[in-house]
Amino acid sequence: MNTLPITAAAMTQPTHQTLALSGAWTGRGLGAVGQQLDALSGAEQSQLVVDGAAIETLDTAGAWVLQKFLARLRTEGATVQMRDLRPEFANLFEAVGRHLANPPDTAAPPAPPSRLEAVGRSAETSVEQGIAMVGFVGEYTVALAGSLAHPARIRWRPVLYNIRSAGFDALPIVGLLSFLLGIVVAYQGADQLRQYGANIFVADLVGLSMLREFAPLMTAIIIAGRSGSAYAAQIGTMAVTEEIDAMRTIGIAPLELLVLPKIIALIVVLPLLTVFADVLGVFGGMIMARAQLGVGFSEFSERFVKAVSVTAYLIGVCKAPVFAVIIATVGCFQGFRTKGGPDSVGRQTTLSVVQSTFLVIVADALFSVAFSALDL
Amino acid sequence: MQDDTPVIEISKVSTRYGEHVVHEELDLEVRRGEIFALIGGSGSGKSTLLRQMILLQRPDSGTIRVLGVDIDKLGDDEALAMRQRWGVMFQHGGLFGSLTVKENVGLPLREHTDLGDRLIDEIADWKLAMTGLAPEVGAQYPTELSGGMLKRASLARALSLDPELLFLDEPTAGLDPESAGEVDELIRKLSDLFGLTIVMITHDLDLLWQVAHRVAVLADGKVQGVGSMLELSTMESPAIRKFFDGPRGRAAQEQQQAAGQDNERTGRSSSKPK
Repeated sequence: MNTLPITAAAMTQPTHQTLALSGAWTGRGLGAVGQQLDALSGAEQSQLVVDGAAIETLDTAGAWVLQKFLARLRTEGATVQMRDLRPEFANLFEAVGRHLANPPDTAAPPAPPSRLEAVGRSAETSVEQGIAMVGFVGEYTVALAGSLAHPARIRWRPVLYNIRSAGFDALPIVGLLSFLLGIVVAYQGADQLRQYGANIFVADLVGLSMLREFAPLMTAIIIAGRSGSAYAAQIGTMAVTEEIDAMRTIGIAPLELLVLPKIIALIVVLPLLTVFADVLGVFGGMIMARAQLGVGFSEFSERFVKAVSVTAYLIGVCKAPVFAVIIATVGCFQGFRTKGGPDSVGRQTTLSVVQSTFLVIVADALFSVAFSALDL
Repeated sequence: MQDDTPVIEISKVSTRYGEHVVHEELDLEVRRGEIFALIGGSGSGKSTLLRQMILLQRPDSGTIRVLGVDIDKLGDDEALAMRQRWGVMFQHGGLFGSLTVKENVGLPLREHTDLGDRLIDEIADWKLAMTGLAPEVGAQYPTELSGGMLKRASLARALSLDPELLFLDEPTAGLDPESAGEVDELIRKLSDLFGLTIVMITHDLDLLWQVAHRVAVLADGKVQGVGSMLELSTMESPAIRKFFDGPRGRAAQEQQQAAGQDNERTGRSSSKPK
């Protein structure tokens, strides 16, 4: 059988009125015989005897092709007779024939939407998603207000767990990347500053850019990729395996157990991580300033204190809680929107990372506009 | 093809997970064209044995011959060819969530044959119809289906390459009695239509009494007894008695014996191999 080499299906026409079939009429053996059959027309031969004695194996695909061929000849007006098919194939052959004779009404496949319709539908989905997200924010705000009114209801254990997993465990990666970013900023600035002999201003460059922009943004993006995606995947998997429904039946509000601790934890953790990123970013800049521009650590620190105001530092840190809310909200929201099977979990997780990164950058741009309007 | 060599021949198979012995020198034979059932309590190694037969797991020692081939000694290409000769229906369906039901059923054909897309779709439609699913189900995704429909769709996919051998893992578990009855009927019909050999794991007493030709009871790492349910019901081994002496086992047996007398009167027996 299939482990042995198979003889491909074949047909010959020894006389005008007979057609001899041979070989394996199976899905794998059919090959080109289909086209040969198609080339025969029933209008040309009024009488035809099909000899199936030499057919070695027959499966559904073979029986299908054969029955369709016979049916076509008959509708074209020929008298066709099938004979000498091995008895063990008869059941299958007849079953296929019966099915082809009374085909069930197959529903017409839905036509692919026109371009206009596709645009409309995707717009509708986006709007629906936006509204659902606002609804989700509303729901958890109410839950949060309830929890704050009765602090005993806050679940501290998951809060602490999330602080560890999203905060403490993220220290190495956040630190390393900020340190490298500080090096890159100082290095890029070094050439320009040296041309004007303004070496000392590297402290302004690194200090302001890291504290105001890069540290908060970088940290938020790392956390969106690291924790936001984990939130979406965790909640999504729980939704698929009916754990969330089980939670509701037992009388535990999923928002209180799954969402609030994550949001609270991230609001606590992200500013702290931002400060950590500030420190390591500036440190990276200092090392580069000494290596490339000959600005020593003490000179750098002196200039740094003058150049960078407390406001600049606070502006950076105060963005972090906003980013935290965005990341946790999008991650949890996309998790809850998971429906159906496992591949939906992957899709929602990807969406959560893309959307939270996008929204974080948009929020950062809005902050810049607002701060410049306020002259900060 | 019509020879009498067993379709599956398991000899001296031993399997252990660490200290825990699952199979100890287990022997078993499945004959061509029969509907064979494996039963046994939880942890008796039925599923492990099934997984070993379909090349998902290897025994620690012993040989398993399926369709006359020693599956322990297969190269990659031969293993692929063997896999096309049997179909497997998993307990939870195992349908791919990213494909529609019809695409799931057509997937083995698309993967392993050069047939045209239209022909594959038509064949997939027929397989779905054969398992009793409405044509519109084909366009749905597996997550939209009910439990019974999932099992049928999974069966349709197992059948898509016209296998010689069909493995069913708990074909009726989780179904309502009506759907379970329809699955019984379906299994019998498939066995008649294609001359299939069917190996199944099941706890469904109706399926065992009315559809299975032979049943093997697994316990303590060995096969405790093989035979029709009627033969098993006369055996004395405690592991086998468990299946007959519980209230459910007794009820099913009485019901079957009543039906058996009716059958004798009309001169035919439904639970004997052909």
